[in-house]
Amino acid sequence: MATPMFRFDPVELPPEAIALRGEVRAFIQEHKDSMGFSRGEHDREFSRAMGKKGWIGMTWPKQYGGHERSSFERYVVIEEMLVAGAPLSAHYTGDRQSGPNILRFGTEEQKAFFCPKIAAGELTFCIGMSEPNSGSDVAGTRTRAVKVDGGYRINGSKLWTSNAHNSDYAILFCKMAMTEDEAKDRHAGATQFLLDLKTPGVEIRPVINLLGEHHFNEIFMTDVFVPDRLLLGKEGNGWNQLTSELSFERSAPDRFLVLFQMLQQMLRMAGPNPDKATAVALGKLIAQLATLRSMSVSIAGMLAEGLQPNNESAVVKDLGTRYEQDIPVVARQLFWAEPELEAIDLYASMIARSTMNAPRLSIQGGTREILRGIIARGLGLR
Amino acid sequence: MAIREETRMLLESMGRLFEDLCTKQVVDAAETGVFAAELWQAVSETGLPLAALPESAGGADAEWSDLYAALRVAGRYAAPIPLAETMLAGWIASSAGLDIVDGPMTVGPVRASDRLSLTRDGNGWRLHGTASRLPYASNAEKIVLIVDGPDGEMAVAIDGAAAPAPQSGKNIANESRDTLVFDNFPVADAAPLPPGVSRSALYRRGALARATMMSGALERAMDLAVGYAQERVQFGRPISKFQAVQQNLAVLSEQTAVAVAAANLGIQSLGQGDAEREEFQIAIAKTRVGEAATLACELAHQVHGAIGFTKEYALQLATRRLWSWREEFGSDPEWAAKVGAYFCAKGADRLWPILTGD
Repeated sequence: MATPMFRFDPVELPPEAIALRGEVRAFIQEHKDSMGFSRGEHDREFSRAMGKKGWIGMTWPKQYGGHERSSFERYVVIEEMLVAGAPLSAHYTGDRQSGPNILRFGTEEQKAFFCPKIAAGELTFCIGMSEPNSGSDVAGTRTRAVKVDGGYRINGSKLWTSNAHNSDYAILFCKMAMTEDEAKDRHAGATQFLLDLKTPGVEIRPVINLLGEHHFNEIFMTDVFVPDRLLLGKEGNGWNQLTSELSFERSAPDRFLVLFQMLQQMLRMAGPNPDKATAVALGKLIAQLATLRSMSVSIAGMLAEGLQPNNESAVVKDLGTRYEQDIPVVARQLFWAEPELEAIDLYASMIARSTMNAPRLSIQGGTREILRGIIARGLGLR
Repeated sequence: MAIREETRMLLESMGRLFEDLCTKQVVDAAETGVFAAELWQAVSETGLPLAALPESAGGADAEWSDLYAALRVAGRYAAPIPLAETMLAGWIASSAGLDIVDGPMTVGPVRASDRLSLTRDGNGWRLHGTASRLPYASNAEKIVLIVDGPDGEMAVAIDGAAAPAPQSGKNIANESRDTLVFDNFPVADAAPLPPGVSRSALYRRGALARATMMSGALERAMDLAVGYAQERVQFGRPISKFQAVQQNLAVLSEQTAVAVAAANLGIQSLGQGDAEREEFQIAIAKTRVGEAATLACELAHQVHGAIGFTKEYALQLATRRLWSWREEFGSDPEWAAKVGAYFCAKGADRLWPILTGD
């Protein structure tokens, strides 16, 4: 056939991954009080406990604090944690994308310094990509670095930075200062830095989201000095590095498991003998979930083979966010409740949170339109 | 279950065979009611229709997963032959120790509500009831049915030539769907079924056959849409350059990927000796493929514009089959209700352990 087909080969989890599941569930049981619904809590103590278990940086080389386990084992740990509503936020970004990008592009010194600390759950990273005037168009960054003696001087700002207020470092995406002519190549001069958020000149201000919660931040950088040793990769190679970082970000199974407990709650409310319409609606959601999971396991298989399933990851993220946005829509058709975030009624609070969170899902980590553009490119259309 | 080398080779050779012999002309001719005998002969010579049977029964002990993978290819080419039906008929008849033939066969019942019964008549049997819309019954050399016998479910095999005259019908892809009424009909060949072979097992494996064929038909629809969008020029450029069209094609490709993955999820459950798992994974497959087909057909036609709505252009070979097959062996809402009822009965706390295979 002429058209490229996305590859989702059926994959069975290998025995070592299956064996791990019981251990993860036991750990979750031990830390029952730390679990919640869809909050993404920042809990350093929990992250350190996961680090002790060897469940952060699982696939990384032992030399850099990793555990040289398979993508499948990592997949099992992550899916169990997400389903349980574990507070992963203190290590998740580092584990998912910052650490892997440092391992890929970092110097020996950077790998030896950062990766073991991330894997121990001691170091929190955030993502320094979006800006007030460059959201989907990341290449339009206005943050500029100027080479100075012994390092770089950086000016600019970042926006929508989740968890920056709890983080130690950001992987900062910016451009080297350049002439107008040089800037005609939209990817020219793009560069990434490992920015210590305690550096003088860095100011973090909260941006309260529509749930009234503080996840987002704005980061202002005024004459911030970053030493040479914290340049990540090469000056001018930032676009390639960012693309790699985004593919790590999108290949995770966290785009369809966050509302799992709400689906469970709907099953409880339906009871053991639901009417036909309720059974159909719940059956469709479960069929969506099971298929997404099987596609996600397939992606873990491609990662295990050393492939870069960028198109497949975009497909699963787009479908996964659709599913999570469908859940509150279906829920309110089946079971009525007035949404209230802090309601005593668990379902009323779930429907409040999932409804208000829904718009975010198809924006963060690449909007629906951007993802479909990536897929169209994969089809050879652009 | 990664794709095995043998499977890949089988799929490639089936692809070549259908590419050569299952052209639009062949499908068009079959839709007028002429059986595609030449195509059937070529497929039959590969041994595929009976490959799942033990070697002692004339088969090749092939993996069911390979046979289902071949059905995906047959679906891609809109193959107008009872390939899935012959595979299933051979499986049931040989499991029960009944004679089979090396020719086209059909199988039933294909509707959950159809009930046929068998009563003793001296050394033989009498068959009662209606088998609705059996695929290709008038072309079948054997008709294999699962019926209620005096002591439980049994298989019967009837020679096509001796069967009652069918009330012929067609699905909207003009594939024959013939209803047979058995009124105290004498039957010689009947036998009890071994464990694991039952009317419900036939029904779900038929559903999986349709889901898998649909995943192939969706691949064809997507292939046509992507190709057409790159050739068709409007406003001075190929329509594939317009973002609105690209977004539609991206969604079409997503739904195609979903359908293939969901069908594979069903196929993965075969041969594990776990009927309960097989039932709910196939229920998930037929549900998800049916939903994907509904959206994908709409988008494939939207991308094609008016040409896709013509008989001359091949898109409709795929979409009319998708609209037919999504209703056969249980529609997506019917199977979704089973998924929902199953997990509600198990309870919320069992949802995740069951999905992860514990």
